[in-house]
Amino acid sequence: MDMISLAHAAVVPVILANLALLASSRLVTCIRLVALQGAVISVTPLIFESGPLTVHTAVLCAVALGLKGVVFPQLLHRTLRRVVVRHEIEPYLGYPLSILLGILGLLASLWLAGRLGVPAASYRSFAAAFATILTGLLLIVTRKKAFTQVMGYLAAENGIFLLTAVLAPGGPLFIELAILLDVFVAVFVMGIAIHHINRQFDCIDTDRFCSLKD
Amino acid sequence: MLLAILVILPFVLGGAAFLCRTGPSGRGLLVAGAGAHLILSVAAVFGRPDALFGGILLLDALGGLFLLLTSILFAAAAVYAVGYLAKEHADERRDFQEGAFFSNAPQTVFIACLFFFLGSMTLVTATHHLGLLWAAIEATTLASAPLIYFHRHHRSLEAAWKYLVICSVGIALALVGNILLAAAGGSGAPDTESSLYLGDLLAGAKTMNPMWFKAGFVFLMVGYGAKMGLAPMHTWLPDAHSESPSLVSALLSGALLNCAFLGILRAHQIGVAAGLADFCSPIFIGLGLFSMVTAAAFIIGQGDFKRILAYSSVEHMGILSLAMGLGGAAVFGGMLHAAAHSVTKAMLFLLAGNILAAFHTKSSHDARGVIRAMPVTGILWVAGFLAITGSPPFGIFLSELTILKAALDSGRFVLAAAYLGLLGLIFCGMAVPVLRMAQGPPTPHIAPGPRGEDALSVGPPLVLGGLTLVLGLYVPSFFSDLLTRAAALAAGM
Repeated sequence: MDMISLAHAAVVPVILANLALLASSRLVTCIRLVALQGAVISVTPLIFESGPLTVHTAVLCAVALGLKGVVFPQLLHRTLRRVVVRHEIEPYLGYPLSILLGILGLLASLWLAGRLGVPAASYRSFAAAFATILTGLLLIVTRKKAFTQVMGYLAAENGIFLLTAVLAPGGPLFIELAILLDVFVAVFVMGIAIHHINRQFDCIDTDRFCSLKD
Repeated sequence: MLLAILVILPFVLGGAAFLCRTGPSGRGLLVAGAGAHLILSVAAVFGRPDALFGGILLLDALGGLFLLLTSILFAAAAVYAVGYLAKEHADERRDFQEGAFFSNAPQTVFIACLFFFLGSMTLVTATHHLGLLWAAIEATTLASAPLIYFHRHHRSLEAAWKYLVICSVGIALALVGNILLAAAGGSGAPDTESSLYLGDLLAGAKTMNPMWFKAGFVFLMVGYGAKMGLAPMHTWLPDAHSESPSLVSALLSGALLNCAFLGILRAHQIGVAAGLADFCSPIFIGLGLFSMVTAAAFIIGQGDFKRILAYSSVEHMGILSLAMGLGGAAVFGGMLHAAAHSVTKAMLFLLAGNILAAFHTKSSHDARGVIRAMPVTGILWVAGFLAITGSPPFGIFLSELTILKAALDSGRFVLAAAYLGLLGLIFCGMAVPVLRMAQGPPTPHIAPGPRGEDALSVGPPLVLGGLTLVLGLYVPSFFSDLLTRAAALAAGM
C-alpha cells in the first residue's frame, strides 16, 4: 500500500470514532474511542513525513502514542472508578442531533479544505482533522459532565495532532507543541480539577455550576 | 543575558517559595522578587538588550511596554499581598456569602503560583517565537488557575473550572491558528524549523498564502481573544475576577489580558506586512464594539462591585481591539490606553479588596459610606472610577480621546457616535453603584470600626492612581517614546 492510500485508510477510523463519540453515553466507551482514535492519529506523522524518517519524529510519535493510547486511558479509568459515574445523563443536546451536527461539521471541514486549496494527497486527512476538532468542541459545549467535557477536549487535541501531521509546517516542532497541550490537560484539567469538583460537590456535573451568573 | 535572567528568575523564586516554611519569610521573598523583577525589567526595556538563543528571546518596544506594565503591577500586587496574606486565616472559617466553611490554599502554593504566573507572562512579552509565545500563554493559564481557587469554596471552584475550560479551548484554537499561520508562511521557506520566528514570518509575508493567513488569523483572534476577554468569549472573566482574591484580579485584568492581546498583535503585525490589514480591521472593530455593547449591558444594574470592574475590563479590551481596527493614530491611543487601563484597573481591584475585607460584602447596595469609614480607600475609589470611565485629567481620558479623534479623522462618524454613546452609558452605569457606595453614613452593623487603614493596603493603589494621573497630565518623554515605538510595531509600520 502506498503512502497516500495508507493515509486515506487512517482517516476512516478517525471519522468513525468521531461519530461514535457523539452517539455514546457510556463513559467507558468514550474513553476507549478517544484512546483508539488517539493511537491511530499518533502514528500519522510517520505516514505524512515527506523526507526520510528521522529519529526525532519517531520518538515524538512514540511519546504521543504512549500518552494518548496508554497513559490517558489508564488515568481516565482510574478517575472514573473514583468518581462513581458511568453515564452521561441528559446532555444539553440529544444524541441524534449531535450526530447530525457531527456530519455537518465533516461537510464544513471538507468545504474548508477545498476553500483553502489543500493538495489532493492530504485533502481528506485535513478534513478529518478539522472534523475531529469540531467534534471535540461540540462535546465540550453540549455535555454536562466535567468528565465528558474532558473527553471532548481530548478529541479536539487528537484533531489538532492530525492537523500538525498533515500540514507539518514547522517540522517536528508542532508535534512537540501538540504533545505539550496533551500534557497540560493531563496534569491539570483531568487530574486536579475533577478531583476538586468531586470533593466539593460529590459529583462531577458541571450544571451544578450555576451560582455565578448575571 | 539580562533577558534570560528576567525570564528564569521568577521560576527560580517560585521554586524557592516552597522552601519558605514561615509566613513572613514567604511574603518577604515575594516582595524582594517583585522588586528585583521590576529593576531588571526597567533595565531591559530601556537598555534594549541583544537577542538571545538566535532570537528566541527578543524584547522589542511592544513586548517591552507590556513587560513594564506587568512588572509594575506585580510589584504593587506583591506589596499589597503582604498585608493581605498576613490577615488571611490559615484554618477553616465561615464564608460570609453563604455561611459554609472553607479554608485557603497554603500560602506557599499561592506565592509560588504568583511567581510562575509572573514568569510565564514575562516569557510572553520577551519572545519572538510564536510557538513559544503560545506555550507561555498556555502556562499563564496553568499558573493562574490555582490563584483563582485560593479560597477553596464552590464558587471559586466554579470560576476556576470555567476559566480552565474556556481558556483551554481558546489555547487549542490558537494552536490551530499558529499551525495555519506557519503553513501560510511555510511555502517559501525551505528551512521549516525557523518558520515560526516573527522576523521570518514578517520577511516572508509578501509571498504568504493569503487564504491560509486569513484562516489562521481568525483562529488566533478567537483563541487569544477568549483569553483576552473579548465578547462573546469573555464569559469566564467576570466569574474569575469576582471570585479570586483581589490582588489576583488586579493581575488578571491589568497584566494577563494585555499578554493575550500581545499574541493577537503579533498576528496583526504579520497581517499588515502581508498587505491584509483590510481583512483584520473589520474583525477588530466588530469584536471591539460587541465587547463594549456586552459590557454596557451587564454593567448597568449590576450589584456586585467586583463584577462591575470585571465587565469594565471587557469594555476596555473592546476599546483596545477597536483602536487596532481603526489603525493610524488610534494605535498610539491604543497603546496608551493599554497602559492607563492596566494601572487604573489594578488600582480599583486592590481598593475593591480593601472594601471587601472591611465590609464583608460584594454588594454595592450593602457596602455604603466607604468615604467616611475608610477615607483614603473611599476617595481613591471615586477617583479610580472617574479615571476608568475616561474623565479628565486621567490617562484614559487622553487615550480614549485619541482613539475618538482617529475615528473622526477617518470619517467613521457612525462608529465614533456608537463609541461615544457606549462610553457614556458605561459612565452612567458605573457612577450609580460607585457613588452609592462612596457616599452617606456607613451601613450599620456591616461597616468596619475605626481601626484605620494600613499603609500596605492603601499604598499600592495610591501609587497606581498617581501613575494614571501622570499619564493624563504629562507623559514623560522616555515613556512616550516607548509608546510611539510600540505603536509603530503594532501598526506594522
